Amino acid sequence: MSTTDQRFGLARTITLPGPLRLDGGGLLSPVDIAYETYGTLNAEGSNAVLVCHALTGDQHVASDHPITGKPGWWARMVGPGKPVDPERHFIVCANVLGSCMGSSGPASLNPATGAPWAMAFPVITIRDMVRAQAMLLDHLGVGVLHAVVGGSMGGMQALSWPATFPERVRAAVVIASTARHTAQNIAFHEVGRQAVMADPKWRGGDYYGGGQGVNGQNGGDPPAAGLAVARMAAHITYLSEAGLTEKFGRRLQARPDRPDGAKSFGFDADFQIESYLRHQGIAFVDRFDANSYLYITRAMDYFDLAEEHGGHLANAFRASKARFCLVSFDTDWLYPTPESRAIVHALNAAGAPVSFVELSSPFGHDAFLLESPEMNRVVDGFLRVGA
Amino acid sequence: MTLRPDLAIIADNVAQGSRVLDVGCGDGALMAALRDMHGVDARGLEIEAVNVAAAVSRGLSVIQGDADTDLADYPDASFDYAILSQTLQTTRRPDAVLDQLLRIGRRAFVSFPNFAHWRVRASLLWGGRMPVTRLLPEQWFDTPNIHHVTIDDFRALVKDRGLTVEGAWFLSGDKQTTSAAANFLAEHAVFLLKN
Repeated sequence: MSTTDQRFGLARTITLPGPLRLDGGGLLSPVDIAYETYGTLNAEGSNAVLVCHALTGDQHVASDHPITGKPGWWARMVGPGKPVDPERHFIVCANVLGSCMGSSGPASLNPATGAPWAMAFPVITIRDMVRAQAMLLDHLGVGVLHAVVGGSMGGMQALSWPATFPERVRAAVVIASTARHTAQNIAFHEVGRQAVMADPKWRGGDYYGGGQGVNGQNGGDPPAAGLAVARMAAHITYLSEAGLTEKFGRRLQARPDRPDGAKSFGFDADFQIESYLRHQGIAFVDRFDANSYLYITRAMDYFDLAEEHGGHLANAFRASKARFCLVSFDTDWLYPTPESRAIVHALNAAGAPVSFVELSSPFGHDAFLLESPEMNRVVDGFLRVGA
Repeated sequence: MTLRPDLAIIADNVAQGSRVLDVGCGDGALMAALRDMHGVDARGLEIEAVNVAAAVSRGLSVIQGDADTDLADYPDASFDYAILSQTLQTTRRPDAVLDQLLRIGRRAFVSFPNFAHWRVRASLLWGGRMPVTRLLPEQWFDTPNIHHVTIDDFRALVKDRGLTVEGAWFLSGDKQTTSAAANFLAEHAVFLLKN
């Protein structure tokens, strides 16, 4: 395994000896981290950009996904000529700790038993994910990050980075994110977890059936119905009412005998939105592990950056010399603009250089993953400073 | 790069290496000049997302926000200068904004178009219409300038607030004009204030 291999989006997995000390107590070792890199680390080691993914994202930020075949989740932001550019940057994107795309998580084998960890995997936090990323950067020879960039849960990591490793970050880009999960955020996650756990196939998390299945997830007989419902509920929070109305309204599903749709007076997916959500739920089950969903949503619920710093968010940034750039979207009701503004106030109070802009989009929280020339322009301009 | 005349006056009078908050910073032209020519640590507040994006892409630190509501979030005396150029007349409570400027900054620069300029007076007196001028180009129904102010009005507010005027510049076109007849002859004024 050579770090000078420059194939675009080369998928790699490293087993780090650990141990990783976890916020919840205890040590984890060894620690597997699946990651991709793009571009080359320059001689000064000053051009590394860490890209952090959202809840159900992965390391395939700008390369085709091995299961779905779809382009990388942030190919609009990462790629030649894009704001995060392999021509200029050494780009690292790692699958988070607890996930199921190759990093250590509940679907990985517990070295003590030789069987999947399942619910014996330790509960992890956003900061634990960040510490695992730091171990990967140590391995890659990256000391200081030119920037850490992330949206949604990735934004939580981008905030946690300068708070956890103030000497290792020069700039942080935090998009459509928050410094803590609200009661409403936790409530939605709890609905999803309860849907998974209520599925009789969940079996206390022990559903792997001795095998890990394709890509280390969903071997055996997973709680697919519960996970699909969890995804459906979550998916609604990623959209906006205006966006849903524009895309689906109350339009009915076409049927063989009625191309313009008709009500069944039953519980089939009559409305287009129903059929869309069912599709999203089912497609998700093919690529994600239900137990990972439990662990990662829990990590997000526990996230409260102020609490980690004596209750004052500004304290989280006092040791940092990083520049910050925050972006929110006006129709995002999962992490609405006031959440970003609270972070901006804290950064101002800490005297940190900070930029913030609320962009207009009909697409709700999902806007950060979609085409947004304004977002690209802001991030590009921000990253070019001091490069 | 040529700065607008009022901005050039401000730039010339900001001390080297100071900390500056530019309220209503637009696309960041003044901030960029202060940073590049005077080594100033400049921060901006701007209401229009398009302008914020332009300023951020210049490498400036700018926050999207509203001078009327968001200045309260800045700590006391956190800047050497707070700047409010061509924005005072667009705020809901110019007096409250002025108080905030001098709380946040040790000094404040305020520039505004003078509504008592002779051309404005002539327009109202002879035309009987709300004036549309070079510095006040919008029609009355779509103007962001909701609190028109004259130089004498501003002087009265400054006196009422007990503020010290450390500098005042008056512009007609690109030329400076005298203080004595400023309220009649100046299109534009720049004040440097201190508590």
